[in-house]
Amino acid sequence: MTPLKVSIAGVIASIALLVLIFELVRSRRLRERYALLWLLTGVVMLVLSAWRQGLNTIAGWAGVDTPVALLFAVAGLFVILVLLHYSTVISKLADQNTLLAQRLALLQQEVEERSSTEP
Amino acid sequence: MAELVQEQAQPLPPGLAERRRIAIVPALNEEESVAKVIEEIRAFDPGFDIVVVDDGSVDKTAAVARARGAYVLRLPFNLGIGGAMQTGFRFAFERGYDLAVQIDGDGQHDPRELPKILAPLVAGEADIVVGSRFTGDGAFRSSFTRRIGIKIFAWTVSAVVRQRVTDTTSGFRAVNRQGISLFAADYPHDYPEVEATVMVVKHRLRLTEVPVTMRERAGGVSSINAWASIYYMAKVLLGILVSVFRKHATPLEVDE
Repeated sequence: MTPLKVSIAGVIASIALLVLIFELVRSRRLRERYALLWLLTGVVMLVLSAWRQGLNTIAGWAGVDTPVALLFAVAGLFVILVLLHYSTVISKLADQNTLLAQRLALLQQEVEERSSTEP
Repeated sequence: MAELVQEQAQPLPPGLAERRRIAIVPALNEEESVAKVIEEIRAFDPGFDIVVVDDGSVDKTAAVARARGAYVLRLPFNLGIGGAMQTGFRFAFERGYDLAVQIDGDGQHDPRELPKILAPLVAGEADIVVGSRFTGDGAFRSSFTRRIGIKIFAWTVSAVVRQRVTDTTSGFRAVNRQGISLFAADYPHDYPEVEATVMVVKHRLRLTEVPVTMRERAGGVSSINAWASIYYMAKVLLGILVSVFRKHATPLEVDE
């Protein structure tokens, strides 16, 4: 069984994460689209921390001797998922940024051409 | 002498002619239907200006719309319906329009229904009017899961805004100058209709629903597939929840 203190710490940390994410969305510093995976992380961690018997059982299935190790593994997995998600987001933003710069350069050229031909 | 049987359009709401009015037509790869949409709006009321917001189409949507004399705003890449509509609202705001109506480029919104949607705005009884498929006799067929989703949204939104709202996902809607100014300043990003409904009521704009009939889409495919619908549901419910705790957005100045 996971030490009670660890479970309590896990619950507090998960709730803190959920509250923080919610506040970031509310104050428009984080878009809903990018909050959902974080919220899922918070909910899963909350459930695994609070439901100690469940964590034990799942650890048994996975062949993990100390259930708390499973808690860390799941947290790590979610962090990797979030990072991967943001990597794809950054790639998309970089592509769009390139497109915007190119479009702007073409427009600028067009505007200058027009203003130089006008009397 | 034989009677002339003629399909007569409904009369325009009195007072409409004095308003500067614009139809915002969001379109993504709608080259087959956008021309018909433009012609139908003109047939209803030639005084309507039309701006087609081309949300990153890879077909001839923009060219077709331009050839029909509409304003065309071409986005350099796909922003989604929220970003596209906000582009249209910004255009309407900066050009000083009094009324803006959203008419999708796929042809599902019938411009002949416009008198119903515009009447409460022109009469000054509402600031935003939504065409609902579920009040009155507007028959609407849809899949089971989609109907459940629509019910959940309607129930949640009605509870939050303390007003009965039947069709929160309808894009067939019109706003007055106040609504244009609000949406130009702040419009939800993806799947915006539900959150926009909550937003307008939180800003104390008066919302009215009128029954309309919608058509089958004339071309293109619906933007909502199975995976996206899970995201849709979660995102919109989070958006509603957050909006309850959110301060007002700052609308742009109404009169420059």
